[in-house]
Amino acid sequence: MSIQTDQTAKQIFPDARGHFGPYGGRFVSETLIGALEELEAVYEKLSADPSFQAEFDRDLAHYVGRPSPLYHAERLSEKVGGAQIYLKREDLNHTGAHKVNNTIGQALLAKFMGKPRVIAETGAGQHGVASATVAARLGLECKVYMGAEDVKRQALNVYRMRLLGAEVIPVTSGTKTLKDAMNEAMRDWVTNVDNTFYIIGTAAGPHPYPKLVRDFQCVIGRETKQQSLAQIGRLPDAVIACVGGGSNAIGMFHPFIEDTTVRMIGVEAGGHGLATGQHAAPLSDGRPGVLHGMRTYLMEDDAGQILPTHSVSAGLDYPGVGPEHAWLKDLGRAEYVAIDDSEALDAFRTLTQVEGIMPALESSHAIAYAMKMAKEMPKDKVLVVNLSGRGDKDIHTVADIDGITF
Amino acid sequence: MSRLHKRFESLKASKRKALIPYVTAGDPNPQVTLPLMHALVGAGADVIELGVPFSDPMADGPVIQLACERALKHHVRLLDVIDMVAEFRKTDTDTPVVLMGYLNPIEAIGYERFAEAALAAGVDGVLTVDLPPEEAVETSKLFRDKGLDTIYLMSPATSTARLKQICEFGSGYLYYVSVKGVTGSAALNVDEVADKINQVRGMTDLPLAVGFGIRDPQSARAIADVADGVIVGSVLVNRIAELADSPELIPEQVGQLIANMRSAMDA
Repeated sequence: MSIQTDQTAKQIFPDARGHFGPYGGRFVSETLIGALEELEAVYEKLSADPSFQAEFDRDLAHYVGRPSPLYHAERLSEKVGGAQIYLKREDLNHTGAHKVNNTIGQALLAKFMGKPRVIAETGAGQHGVASATVAARLGLECKVYMGAEDVKRQALNVYRMRLLGAEVIPVTSGTKTLKDAMNEAMRDWVTNVDNTFYIIGTAAGPHPYPKLVRDFQCVIGRETKQQSLAQIGRLPDAVIACVGGGSNAIGMFHPFIEDTTVRMIGVEAGGHGLATGQHAAPLSDGRPGVLHGMRTYLMEDDAGQILPTHSVSAGLDYPGVGPEHAWLKDLGRAEYVAIDDSEALDAFRTLTQVEGIMPALESSHAIAYAMKMAKEMPKDKVLVVNLSGRGDKDIHTVADIDGITF
Repeated sequence: MSRLHKRFESLKASKRKALIPYVTAGDPNPQVTLPLMHALVGAGADVIELGVPFSDPMADGPVIQLACERALKHHVRLLDVIDMVAEFRKTDTDTPVVLMGYLNPIEAIGYERFAEAALAAGVDGVLTVDLPPEEAVETSKLFRDKGLDTIYLMSPATSTARLKQICEFGSGYLYYVSVKGVTGSAALNVDEVADKINQVRGMTDLPLAVGFGIRDPQSARAIADVADGVIVGSVLVNRIAELADSPELIPEQVGQLIANMRSAMDA
């Protein structure tokens, strides 16, 4: 079924040099080119190798617990009073988010390349946990770079990573958030490139990362297609996902690119509101530029300096976005909207109370938009929201907002 | 003939090697940069690499990241840096100046506008760290058509095929990164550098300068024995950081570091 569509789309995005239209590419210092060329060659070889694919699929089934359910949120749909809302339950994956689909894939690459050490950057800590997890399983040394601000607001995940045997390095440069963690990880990689594999957590960065992370995450959209056909007898009317770097969204969207009846809607972090400038929504309110090895939409000032971002969810607090989203936006194939902090928090509470499912604050942005949208649609329409992660990690943040200390 | 070409020709004629200091423009404040540039020339610098501050200098170590942060506190923009070069040119029409930085500030003002402003100010070359040759096909042509030299990096991990490609793309000089890592990282291995430099010599007539890991007169001398130019950055920027609270001392003291390297290289 969907495999065919997938392959067609893959021939279009990206081109041989990693460009998605004018976006993507490999804008890095010469010192990193050798490592990226090696990774690209290995990935091209292994992704065409059935035994690699089989090992990946086996891990997804027996270690991650896939396929994740597609769940009809009937009470939520009823409460909203419009289109039917379905949830793709990536929160039920091992480690609690979609991130592990990608770290399983990249850790397998590290294993095939014989690299004994992996490094990762992390925002909310979900990717760091997923990296520490696969490193523990494969016996790899693991170092995770995390902005000092995020270390504070995601203390639980920091401790999880340490329990898993990873070393967590708080990054104090720049804005002390995800983008600075990514800078530090790149610096580590360039210094230790001979024995180190850099597990990038989102479908961003220099070629081939946006492509390979997307490929590993496409399992989300492929399963969703299959499950939609089985459960409702057709494809959904829209798929909705939150977008920080954009890996859960591109994993959901990419397999649907050729299915033009399916709207694809990415939800960015509106922070305190787009009008305040304090947000993390480059597709909604940014412009194209170059950062972290790729050309894409960025939050930057007139002089080309990257601006500090704000979001209640650490995982969306990033000034750039994966290049495939930039291209899908320009093509008009996907729509990008923003949900602000307070709307996301409301959705967090609503889903928890109505369905007994506590979503991550990142995913709460997608839930919030789906609720808004569903309200305006007839009851026979179907929206699928990618519930990219679970909310346990955010309990402290929500409690703080409620003025509760433990 | 470009100022860079002329400078390397005359060095060659007098059997001397180029000493190329790097400082970040506007660090620790914009008033220091002009006197510092003149002091560097007075102390024996042949070419100046002037860093354009960027919020996310991914290929640099903590020393230069902090220099960028100090400069950005004063909102030093690319166009301000170009203005500094114009000021410098009022009294120094000979010393080549290369702008070194990242692509995004250039994209933000536009390639054409940047090239024209830079040229008008007396900038001689551009080294854009995150713009490797395969992404630079159009910009490189535009810059060179306007009369700016385009300087590219080579690293220990650069394949032979890429070395050839970079030799074709580069002009002014080629910048060989001596160690795996970011600016200001570990000590360099002179023998390894010499091997690579000799390999590249067979591919190009361009001058070959070496940077990363050169921190004292001894290492400057050792590199001068195998390459055409010695690039020094983090050790200068470190001294600037130490003197950030008494910036009036910066030109003389940082100049002294260069003077010491110059003597060692010429001895």
